[in-house]
Amino acid sequence: MMGIDPVTLIVALIGASTPILLAAIGELVVEKSGVLNLGVEGMMIVGAVSGFIIAINTGSPWLGFAAGAVGGAGLSLIFALLTQYLLSNQVATGLALTLFGLGLSSLMGEAYTGINPPLTPDLFPQALRDIPVAGPILFGHDLVIYLSILLVAGVWYALHHTRMGLILRAVGESHDAAHALGYKVIRIRICAILFGGACAGLGGAYLSLVRVPSWTEGMTAGAGWIALAIVVFASWKPWRALIGAYLFGGIAALQLRLQAAEINIPVMFLDMSPYLVTIIVLVIISSDRGRAALNAPAALGKVFHASG
Amino acid sequence: MNPKLKYLAGAALALGLAAPAIAQDEPLQVGFVYVGSIGDLGWTYEHDQSRLAVEEHFGDAVETTYVENVPEGADAERVMTQMVLNGADLIFTTSFGYMDATNAVAARFPDVYFEHATGYRRDHPNVSTYSARFYEGRAVIGHIAGHMTESNIVGYIASYPIPEVIRGINAAYLHAREVNPDVEFRVVWVYTWFDPAQEADAAQALIDQGADVIMQHTDSTAPMTVAAEAEVVAFGQASDMEQFAPFPRVASIIDNWAPYYIARTQAVMDGTWESVDTWDGIAPGMVELGEFSERIPEDVRASAQALADSIADGSYHPFTGPISRQDGTVWLAESEVADDGTLAGMDFYVEGITGEIPN
Repeated sequence: MMGIDPVTLIVALIGASTPILLAAIGELVVEKSGVLNLGVEGMMIVGAVSGFIIAINTGSPWLGFAAGAVGGAGLSLIFALLTQYLLSNQVATGLALTLFGLGLSSLMGEAYTGINPPLTPDLFPQALRDIPVAGPILFGHDLVIYLSILLVAGVWYALHHTRMGLILRAVGESHDAAHALGYKVIRIRICAILFGGACAGLGGAYLSLVRVPSWTEGMTAGAGWIALAIVVFASWKPWRALIGAYLFGGIAALQLRLQAAEINIPVMFLDMSPYLVTIIVLVIISSDRGRAALNAPAALGKVFHASG
Repeated sequence: MNPKLKYLAGAALALGLAAPAIAQDEPLQVGFVYVGSIGDLGWTYEHDQSRLAVEEHFGDAVETTYVENVPEGADAERVMTQMVLNGADLIFTTSFGYMDATNAVAARFPDVYFEHATGYRRDHPNVSTYSARFYEGRAVIGHIAGHMTESNIVGYIASYPIPEVIRGINAAYLHAREVNPDVEFRVVWVYTWFDPAQEADAAQALIDQGADVIMQHTDSTAPMTVAAEAEVVAFGQASDMEQFAPFPRVASIIDNWAPYYIARTQAVMDGTWESVDTWDGIAPGMVELGEFSERIPEDVRASAQALADSIADGSYHPFTGPISRQDGTVWLAESEVADDGTLAGMDFYVEGITGEIPN
């Protein structure tokens, strides 16, 4: 019996995790600003289809990724206008955004099933990638994977070490206090929502341009919901979101490899294991009320009205 | 999933629940329920090509409708009921998992004819079942796989542990082992017919475990894409997948439902429709083999063709003894041929396959 090669497992894990990591880090910023956008799944799939369409028509995967981000941000703009100006309920609006995104994407992608997109090149030359162990793990990826990790670092730095991050967190903790200090609560939140949409869209485009790579209806298959769970799992901390996403992708990649290596663990158990881990982590986090409550943005999901 | 209703027939259905007796000049309504998207370039694509063949054959005498991406379960029943209420006279339900739904809806609408693909339950006189002997095609590509593998590991992406899939694994394995005694099969169960991301990941996992030939019993071309990148051999499944020829796609099993669909539609028109169980293979053309690519050595192409021909003319059955079950007990004695009943309910691996069938 053959064992499981940890190097290929790690490479597969990183690829499988990147779409949910991108979506999760975007949603983390949105929630840090006090907005709960449950439309991640919808923004991801619209990003997936917009990125795919542009990549096919221009032949450039990079323009595709850009279009994916724009598509996700465009959809999130609807959410932003509805919740920030028309003061609609964030939970209901987010859910509606997911349904709308799924439908819109099937319509947009109608003519694009069964086509293969232009290939996304790896960033580093073959010589570096051929280094044993470190080569494939460190250098064997495309630009978006490195970008996703830089994004995590950037969000962490911005949230904790810049004035901008301080303001964003202030808006998320107490919009009334931030408003009293003269910060433009609505404008800041809209920027955060657009950022979250762009990240989710980029994650979606990564799915349709690199991971599969082709367009099929409903191809996100719940990745957006997992991203939402990861934000809570990470208790709104960027590096923990990275760990959460890799853990999730790791289990998914591992269960296929265990099967391929004929290590007999019941398949059904393996299939549900990522979800089990998510539930267990959610239970652990919520059992520790003090700490979880401490980390959750205090104004999360609350409607802000300037006269209030 | 959000199954999208596409009523190609349009407003012609305004009569709603008309009397079962159809006026001569009114077109026959034929509905199709698909498990995947018609753009999957695999299973559902071929059913839809055959639907188009029905339209072309009958012209204005027939109108067809289809609903794609219908989940197996309660949604399927809802979609079928809706089709009947919209006036369908004959409905093809094209996935194993529609079995209960098809029989349930058939019980409620005895005047509508139902044709269920790959199932075995005909609870009511208005239900027929039909399937193709895919295992005949799998025997041939198994033969090719046994010759083509250099690592002696063949990766197999399996959907659900049902007889049809297990039969395919056994047929492919037996004929790979026949030409290559060292061959091993690694099976990954993905529990879906159509999930490109999952299928691609499974293909990658198998390649990482050393497989240099990938077979699939799922419907998307995602494993092909992975095989192309890893430069390993793959086979077209359900449709030719010729856009991946000559490599990684070196051969393919093509489902051709058109003759059957046309015959059954004709039977409804003539009033001769009866509940039957059809199981056709290479000989009647329900299972076709795609062109063998030049990447297969010439002698292997010839031997594969000879195998296909011997199956087609009935001189050879892919399950001919001696064959033992995985646990070592004898299944078929020397030159004994498997009966259809055992094949239809096959729930065991043959000797030599090392994995376990999940429960």
